[in-house]
Amino acid sequence: MNAKILKRAPVSQQRQIIDKDSKADIGNIVEIEINGKDFKVPLGVTILEACRSNGIHIPTLCYHEDLCIAGVCRICVVEVEGMKTLQASCAYPITNRINVWTSSEKVRKARRHILDLLLSEHYGQCYTCHRNNNCELQTLAKEYGVDFFRYGHIQERRYSVDRSSFAVIRDMDKCVLCKRCVRTCIDLQEVGVLEATYRGDRTKISTFMDKPLADVICINCGQCINRCPTAALKANDPSDEIWEAIDNPEKHVIIQTAPSPRASIGEEFGLPPGHSMTGELNTALRMIGFDRVFDTNFSADLTIMEEGTELLLRLKKKLVDKDDNIKLPQFTSCSPGWIKYIEHFYPDYLDYLSTCKSPQQMFGAILKTFYAELHNIDPANIVTVALMPCSAKKFECNRPEMRSSGYKDIDYGLTTREMAQMIKEAGLNLPELPKSNFDDPFGEASGAGLIFGATGGVMEAALRTVYELVTGRQVPFQNLNIEVCRGFEGIKEASILLTEVKPEWSFLEGLELKFIIAHGTANAKKVMEMLIRGELDDYHFVEIMACPGGCIGGGGQPIPTSPEIRKKRAEAIYKEEMELSVRKSHENPHIKFIYEKFLTDGPCGHISHKLLHTHYVRRGRYID
Amino acid sequence: MLVSEKSALTAEIEGIVNEYGNTRDNLLPILQRILNKHGHISEFAQQEVARLLDIHPVEVYGVVTFYGFMRVKEEGRYIVRLCKTISCDLAGKEAIARAIERELDIKFGETTQDKKFTLEYINCMGMCDAGPAMLINDTVYTHLTPRKAIEILKNCK
Ligand code: SF4
Ligand code: SF4
Ligand code: SF4
Ligand code: FES
Ligand code: FES
Repeated sequence: MNAKILKRAPVSQQRQIIDKDSKADIGNIVEIEINGKDFKVPLGVTILEACRSNGIHIPTLCYHEDLCIAGVCRICVVEVEGMKTLQASCAYPITNRINVWTSSEKVRKARRHILDLLLSEHYGQCYTCHRNNNCELQTLAKEYGVDFFRYGHIQERRYSVDRSSFAVIRDMDKCVLCKRCVRTCIDLQEVGVLEATYRGDRTKISTFMDKPLADVICINCGQCINRCPTAALKANDPSDEIWEAIDNPEKHVIIQTAPSPRASIGEEFGLPPGHSMTGELNTALRMIGFDRVFDTNFSADLTIMEEGTELLLRLKKKLVDKDDNIKLPQFTSCSPGWIKYIEHFYPDYLDYLSTCKSPQQMFGAILKTFYAELHNIDPANIVTVALMPCSAKKFECNRPEMRSSGYKDIDYGLTTREMAQMIKEAGLNLPELPKSNFDDPFGEASGAGLIFGATGGVMEAALRTVYELVTGRQVPFQNLNIEVCRGFEGIKEASILLTEVKPEWSFLEGLELKFIIAHGTANAKKVMEMLIRGELDDYHFVEIMACPGGCIGGGGQPIPTSPEIRKKRAEAIYKEEMELSVRKSHENPHIKFIYEKFLTDGPCGHISHKLLHTHYVRRGRYID
Repeated sequence: MLVSEKSALTAEIEGIVNEYGNTRDNLLPILQRILNKHGHISEFAQQEVARLLDIHPVEVYGVVTFYGFMRVKEEGRYIVRLCKTISCDLAGKEAIARAIERELDIKFGETTQDKKFTLEYINCMGMCDAGPAMLINDTVYTHLTPRKAIEILKNCK
């Protein structure tokens, strides 16, 4: 295990998390002096951590709470008495008594010069930049009073913008070489698309052989975007096309909104993390001009019906028919980043994936068929937009497999950030708007769909339905809250015993349904290695989300992100869920309706196979 | 690249990796061996090294581009590197450069059609007292004159 980590990133670069309280207990406390005052800090914390936990501000740029220490930008320098040079506070662990000065003249000058140098190579102006007002470089320039370009300012582009990817656009002229994206992609996600290449003043962040992002193994998770301090990385924004569709009276423009953006979009309007804006968002979307506002949770319920049934069918084929071609555990398939990850890194294991499309795509297929029929609208005139926390959804809706309605099932994937921009452009202040509901016929959704937004949510939702289908009873957990599925541990596992099952499921009597939940592709990788080693042979169901924290930490979510922010967003979702009347997918009346009227041969039947299920591509990891 | 070429290269790289060990700290010697044999480290070779060391191809690419002497594309069999730093410059590097360019009919940064020569500038290699100096593959030539430089090139087989 350790040796494995060693190969990836040198230990010195891995994030060391020190349990502060336990250190305090055994008395490992160091007394230090910061700016002339005495402080007691746990042994081994960095100067930066020591200062932050005592309310002393030190600016940072390459430092990020989710990532290992890089120490490359030097903006966090401080004076440590007795040392010849300034020290990077983010990379200086305290092991003995030291005297630190955090804003002496030497420090302030050094920081200012670092900024001057960064800006001399920084192409472009803030007012034409999408990170204007939410940019760490800009904030630092303001903080240090930069009012002219001491070392000049580059006037011409050095690089061309890479727009090849459906999800992520890279503009290296805005890059400050902090390597946060590199550490995100290599260490946090273990995908390994980006690295610093060349040397000295030619250093740049690039892909393998400088290829366009669309041609390498990028899984479109967008995690690098969320951690980039500047505008060097951004999502591929379709809002111009969406405005055009809205402004065209011929087009019937439908938006579906996923659970996570509601829990986070308030942040774009200055609210602290953890405020759900579901009702206000619905109003804003109507005011912007969307013809219908639907709830992705409806199709999340649909996914649960399909995926739960698929699991039961697999169990039956395996246990009763003894069919050895059936692969178990079944892996969830609603995270398009995870799908592309497994297609690249474990192409031999695609049969383990559920064949279900993601809720976004299921909804699209239903809208351009059933809904179009029901309301007598030509599907060619329907424009389907999906508000998602995710950049990989932009890639997903462009996959050639995703046209089962005969049209592009979902026309555009829009991120939370881009939605907030559209709302602002429409002159609306989201938090002040009145609340309103989703439109029918897909307006109502169960809480099970809502919790899809956090890691463990799909599992919890599926268990509520599967358990009840099989036993006729509710899951035996207080308030239906399956706590083992919740929380941010990288890999969670648990089981639930199926007893006193209904006669038609007698083969499941006494079965301990075992499941695993993982989030972030680095953890997905660990689960896949377990699978390959045969350690998952007696497991049945695995939920994987590509992004740390699940969708609430998605690559399209508001910037910044941190463990604390993700936790707040998840709390908002679970809180909202408790307030809903229907909390099990199979009890959603609209779900019953659609199976009666349209998907008449039931979950995993013929029609749903055509519209709601898909297949995967063996991509492999070689790049030509 | 043909499949047979690929599998030959794979086998070769596997051999080298076995010799040094499959940990990332052996990356540089492994790359050097490939470089010495093939004159460059191809896209496929980089990916094979990455696979065998269980690191990412882009990390290998990062290392390869960091070092000025490593290259990813096939270039001339003889790599002529003329020093462009100040002592050699003062000693008359410019005249040498023009003479070589005329002789080979290519510019610096280019490779001859027959893939025999590639021309490059480098920075000081510590031969300042004996400038102008150049390096052809692993051999240093000093006290160059235009005539001498052309003579040296002619002697490259
Ligand atoms: S990246 Fe930041 S500093 Fe650079 S132009 Fe954009 S807002 Fe301004
Ligand atoms: S989108 Fe994800 S996989 Fe792609 S470069 Fe960014 S972090 Fe890496
Ligand atoms: S692209 Fe962004 S995150 Fe990556 S090095 Fe540049 S500034 Fe940092
Ligand atoms: S924040 Fe410490 S060196 Fe960048
Ligand atoms: S200046 Fe040319 S070798 Fe030193």
